[in-house]
Amino acid sequence: MQNNDIKVKELTVNMGPQHPATHGVLRLVLELEGEVIKKCIPHIGYLHRGIEKLSEDLTYVQSLPLTDRIDYLSSMVNNVGFCVAVEKLMGIEVPERAKFIRTMMAEMARICSHLVWIATHALDIGAMTVFLYAMRDREELLEMFEMVSGARLTVSYPRVGGVRCDINNRFLDKLYNFIEKFPKKVEEYETLINRNRIWLKRTKGVGVITAQEAINWGLTGPTLRGSGVYYDVRKFFPYDAYEKVDFDVPVGKNGDVYDRYRCRMLEFRQSARIIKQCIEKLPEGPILADNALRIRMPESPLKIDKKDIIFEIYIEDKQIQEFIQKFTEVYASVEAPRGELGFYIVCDDSSKPYRMRVRAPSFVHAGVLPKLCEGSLVADVIANIGSIDIVLGECDR
Amino acid sequence: MNPAEIVKKISEKFSEEVLWFVCFRDECSIVLKKEKVKEILRYLKNTPGLEFDYLVDLTAVDYLGFREPRFDVVYHLTSIKHRHRIRVKAQVPEKDCCIDSVTDLWATANWFERECFDMFGIHFNGHPDLRRILMPEDWKGFPLRKDYPVRSDLGDGEWETYKELKETAKAWKENAE
Repeated sequence: MQNNDIKVKELTVNMGPQHPATHGVLRLVLELEGEVIKKCIPHIGYLHRGIEKLSEDLTYVQSLPLTDRIDYLSSMVNNVGFCVAVEKLMGIEVPERAKFIRTMMAEMARICSHLVWIATHALDIGAMTVFLYAMRDREELLEMFEMVSGARLTVSYPRVGGVRCDINNRFLDKLYNFIEKFPKKVEEYETLINRNRIWLKRTKGVGVITAQEAINWGLTGPTLRGSGVYYDVRKFFPYDAYEKVDFDVPVGKNGDVYDRYRCRMLEFRQSARIIKQCIEKLPEGPILADNALRIRMPESPLKIDKKDIIFEIYIEDKQIQEFIQKFTEVYASVEAPRGELGFYIVCDDSSKPYRMRVRAPSFVHAGVLPKLCEGSLVADVIANIGSIDIVLGECDR
Repeated sequence: MNPAEIVKKISEKFSEEVLWFVCFRDECSIVLKKEKVKEILRYLKNTPGLEFDYLVDLTAVDYLGFREPRFDVVYHLTSIKHRHRIRVKAQVPEKDCCIDSVTDLWATANWFERECFDMFGIHFNGHPDLRRILMPEDWKGFPLRKDYPVRSDLGDGEWETYKELKETAKAWKENAE
């Protein structure tokens, strides 16, 4: 038989929205030539709930539970991000104790989220056991969330100006015990996969992103640091108590799936280190600022000092001057487990935000899937999706 | 570099284009006319000492009834090398609702601009693939505009595409039986 007789046909495969390895409702349209992907078109928006539009109709306090639903695997960090932005807008100074509690909670959420990531990512690639180990440990953390807030996933625990309620010694003991044991547990996961030949073959050299590309594509978090770029919001633009604790930011080298995996594994240990320091340094004192926003808000709770707004030259028009004084805006971001989670709030002197924009890392990360996948094999799509760690709730908002 | 210094530097270089700049809580935003926004952003990206290599966010704000021109397209820029941040805003009127795309400067802008188009109906000239991204392709209206209602104006009615979908499903089921 001659080679000419073989018919070549391009095949279009619809991966998702109900595919277990897409971690939610992501739909990828793949154009294949044999096993090789020629074109990859992601479709998102299946989980679009219009959080940005809804929050324009709610007060600042009421918007807080909405932020839980942005990234449902690490809702604590979302709450903190929103609170940090509103506090910055209104000039509320958070008490020290609340800052430390929030830092602690945010790192717990990071561990939680990374545990789900290692569980599902390993499961997708074929290492079943890690899933059970990671889920077992996550359960302990979720129980601790329940102890402080009454909820396991959608916690709504931080408040604008502090946190909802104080933590007690029982909780701290439990957390301390967990943190003491945790680094050993991470080693346990690593013994399962670190030198597993299948794992290495499926991750090393797959989905390589160079440092320059990573910055240009707007990646953040461990996905960016896997490519060797040192950028972490906690270090660059510190918030809460991150200035007062000591931690390293792990950075990868090659920018492949394996390096991103290593970065997250090392972050586990850093998070544990931060929590330990927070428990040791936790100061006494109030947990809510005196001028914090209350649930029953008067018509116009904001007293933004107009002296804070500095504008020079070019403005003679009275109307424009009034406009600038009316609409004040801030952008504040936090380091969520997936990357930089930013809140851009425009405020118009009423009790509701005029516009709230959520800069979600997953949205950006999902956007690079075509560049990552084109030219690679179908099986690597799974490894790529897992390694950029997207949550579709955050992607669609 | 201090954000206030950056803003001053730009307003001196592009004095024709800069309308005003505001500093609030250690953040500076600079408001521009839309015509040369790409040129200024390219300057911000490539000038040594500034080097805003990372586009954090691109979005828009609708000031319906408060100001003319109606929209602001907002760019948040960060320099990973120098650790500074700045906000650039370009005014876009409703009648000529378009602005230059910055996809060739930062690849991130691709999806951000698609979302911006989807939510506000602002066109980005030179964008490689300007389609709706979060809403369905046949959606009418732009949800984040201020004149778009939060509650649906359909009342008890259903979205047309959903109706069609149900009918097709019904017909398919009957056929199968």
